Amino acid sequence: MSVSVQDDRRTEGTARLVLDVPAGEGFARELHRGEVLRIVDLHGNQAVDTLFFDAGDYANRYSAVDTLREQGGVYLGAGSRLLALDCKPLVTIVADTCGRHDTLGGACSQESNVVRYGEHTRHMHACRNTFLAQALAWGRGLEKRDLSANVNFFMNVPLTPAGGLEFVDGVSAPGKYVELRAERDTLVLISNCPQLNNPCNAFDPTPVRLIIWAA
Amino acid sequence: MCEQASSPILDLELPAAASLSRVCRRGTALTLLDTDGGANVSALLYRAGEPLERYCMPDTLKAQHIGRLTAGVALYSDMGRVLASIVEDSCGWHDTISGHTTAEIVAARWGADSYQLARNEWRRSAREAFLVELAKHGLGTRDLVANINFFSKVAVDEQGALSFVAGHSHAGAHVKLRFELDTLLVLWNGPHPLDSEWRARPVRVILAEAEPAGAQDTVRCSCAENKRGFASSEAALT
Repeated sequence: MSVSVQDDRRTEGTARLVLDVPAGEGFARELHRGEVLRIVDLHGNQAVDTLFFDAGDYANRYSAVDTLREQGGVYLGAGSRLLALDCKPLVTIVADTCGRHDTLGGACSQESNVVRYGEHTRHMHACRNTFLAQALAWGRGLEKRDLSANVNFFMNVPLTPAGGLEFVDGVSAPGKYVELRAERDTLVLISNCPQLNNPCNAFDPTPVRLIIWAA
Repeated sequence: MCEQASSPILDLELPAAASLSRVCRRGTALTLLDTDGGANVSALLYRAGEPLERYCMPDTLKAQHIGRLTAGVALYSDMGRVLASIVEDSCGWHDTISGHTTAEIVAARWGADSYQLARNEWRRSAREAFLVELAKHGLGTRDLVANINFFSKVAVDEQGALSFVAGHSHAGAHVKLRFELDTLLVLWNGPHPLDSEWRARPVRVILAEAEPAGAQDTVRCSCAENKRGFASSEAALT
């Protein structure tokens, strides 16, 4: 693991979109087939919770378990094809300077925060509220029903051979990035994680930069 | 063990490639028995009457710091409540990170098949069966989430590589689920999506009355997270 695949061809000057997303905020946009989205971990060890949907049929959405089974491994990295429920790719990770991304840890929610950290965290800001707000703002019928296991870019959640799961310090660092190429028209939904109770972001959520290039 | 002397609510044999869906009430427990060995039962759970609330693989794993399911594990919904608990398990490992078979997987691995050719030996996939069962309850593709594969082990190595452990479940193996909330349960009996063999084995399904989790229940008390999860389930009863 931890294979670094850089992409030196693209610069911000040739991009269609350059946007910084602060922690606790979200993003929704359709990526056209062939477009490339780079997510830059500006300050290091930020978790970027992300969902993908076939733009022509939102019911055909990113499926974490189909993706992991078909690639034969539990971490995402360069070369990983993120599959929809139809077991065909929505996006491919074409560059990655971080080396490992999670798709088993899910997104934080008010309810899961209460379970994990206690009642005092119930009203802390959480990714699934951001996803819902983004889904409702996007419209077109997108709702809670459409939220399922997401990708956590830059997050390190190792599984152990004994059957354990750990949340550990991220393997990312300031300036690390991951690049996704759309294999079909794909709706991308992002929550830049506001979690204040988890060591994966050193308890300090920070902004990330999104850059999109044409096909 | 919370065995009741009374006769079970349900006691049936689920044939290979067959499915069922039913609401299992709080105060009942379901035993799956792998009579011949080598079984796999793919399962989905939804809160009865509130199907937007459903089994959540990521929340189940991260609340308990686990990568597999076994006795003592709570099955969480995506709303922070425990839908069911695994109160007995003779297998030690049930998979929840590998999904289920699709028609394409079945056709690619075992060849084209049809009812016309095979009658009730027809090799239907879990995906097809899940969608039919979900449709009986007004649910569909948008409600398909990561499922459980009872009796199956998918090992993970230090690098994260996955490998299916053939023959993990022995003849007579069983797992028992106690329902903490009224739950819509969907089951399909057929091969794990990483199995190379089409295992046409029946599974016995027994639903019986069971005492709800007490204050000292081992699943509830296994970690602080589960105490809060059970409290959330119980708060929803009133």
